[in-house]
Amino acid sequence: MSAPTLPLDQPAPAAGDRSGFALEFENVAIAFDEKVVLDGISFQLPHGETKALFGVAGSGKSILLKLAIGLLAPDSGRIWALGEEVTGMSEEELFELRRRVGIVFQESALFDSMKVWENVAFRLVEEKVPNDEIERRVREVLRFVELERTYDMLPSELSGGMRRRVAIARAIITQPEVILYDSPTGGLDPVTSNTIVELIVKQRDVAKTSALLVTHRLQDAFTMASHEFDPKTNQMIAIPKGQRGNVPMSFMILRDGKVIFDGDMHQLAASRDEYIREYIS
Amino acid sequence: MALELELISPFDVAKDFALSVQKYTLLSAQSLANFFRRPLYMGDMLQQADLIGVGSLPIVILTGLSVGALLALNSASTLQRFGGITLIGQLVSLGMVTELGPLITGLMVAGRNASGMASEIGSMIVTEQIDAMRALGTDPSKKLVTPRVGATVFMLFFLTIIADLLGLCGGWAVSHLLFGLDSNQYWTSAWQILVFRDVFTGLIKPVLFGFIIATIGCYYGISTSGGTQGVGRSTTQAVVASSVLILIVDFFVTKLIFAVLGVR
Repeated sequence: MSAPTLPLDQPAPAAGDRSGFALEFENVAIAFDEKVVLDGISFQLPHGETKALFGVAGSGKSILLKLAIGLLAPDSGRIWALGEEVTGMSEEELFELRRRVGIVFQESALFDSMKVWENVAFRLVEEKVPNDEIERRVREVLRFVELERTYDMLPSELSGGMRRRVAIARAIITQPEVILYDSPTGGLDPVTSNTIVELIVKQRDVAKTSALLVTHRLQDAFTMASHEFDPKTNQMIAIPKGQRGNVPMSFMILRDGKVIFDGDMHQLAASRDEYIREYIS
Repeated sequence: MALELELISPFDVAKDFALSVQKYTLLSAQSLANFFRRPLYMGDMLQQADLIGVGSLPIVILTGLSVGALLALNSASTLQRFGGITLIGQLVSLGMVTELGPLITGLMVAGRNASGMASEIGSMIVTEQIDAMRALGTDPSKKLVTPRVGATVFMLFFLTIIADLLGLCGGWAVSHLLFGLDSNQYWTSAWQILVFRDVFTGLIKPVLFGFIIATIGCYYGISTSGGTQGVGRSTTQAVVASSVLILIVDFFVTKLIFAVLGVR
């Protein structure tokens, strides 16, 4: 499989042209009561790129994901998703936009009264897709996350890692253009975390989906940046050191509500900032 | 550990209350407007009708029978003193159809279902399932609130009719078995005393009470914050608020009907 193209090397879209970006934040701020959580956040997520977002607990990473699809409204600033301005959209308009975006919540947020297949098929049922097609697509996507055997099970019967994988299956079943992952490996053992990371890499390299990934685990993001998915062996393989610059992966670090770093793995490794050095050590 | 008491300004309390009323009004209006918007979740509405209607049937049967029987038992001794035991059918019929049937059914269903709705939706809030639903492009007010409102209004109407009928049966059992009143006399007087205004009063109330139960239950569910403790708080508040609101609305509706259709 050829290495994915590096969006960072692609010509930058003209100013004011949002079509080149899956997500764009411009000077976004939000506060809860008196506490400022995000303050003047600006960044862009080019199409096809996966951006790993770091920050200490309570730094507003999950809030940022919710802002991206209008689950929360910012106090100031502007947000674009897939070229459409999210800020100022009505809830009805947002429902249309959200159908093109997938999200994996921190605690999976599976509907606990529905079976696994009903959770995964939720959006297809809403779109009144014929039943036989629903079953085919649900089985296909459950096979992708290697959980076809859980088809008729309830979320309460699954382990934490399995629930995350079902949540990923639910997010990707409609082949969204962007996926937002909120700590998909949080609280999982290393083996299960690796399975999830492999799925994210698979989605990035096979479906070329853009993604914004919130994580605490630096090693997961480094694995994503240094590996690619090989469809022939159906496995994630390490990329030789000289070719790692081709992986469509970037890193962003939040501190005190502001972006203190936004760049690729080499720039992160070369950073002289004391806080960043401490964070990645 | 020293207990610190925080003083809350009455202005803040009033502001919070006004905000809650505004949010509740918007939710209620939206739940009604959703009946005229696509998609209408008929499957969810039928499922809720089964949960609310069929599920509440045993307590409605029990309370209907008991209230009718108690009404007859308590009034019989007074009526007997004045030689008016034959009026017992009228008394039970009027009391059950216009007031006690809708009120007791409303309060029972509020206790059972407003709490259920608040806890179910509240749990979905704290586990981010509502956010997930919104993120999947589905409007929770259409998917969760409107089916509950439709199902509660529809089922409470019929549950009230059942409670009225069973209340009359309970009254008959007491008056016939304990006081030896002729069955034919009981049922004839119970039937003949009712006029349009009584039946109208008795059937308009469950519609309003059903709306109150569902909207209050869903409102407290959606407003849940503070984890599992918050779910418990919402559940309690939903039962208290819906019961109090039912009693207040009952008074004003009765008063309004008296004013419009005249006192008997």
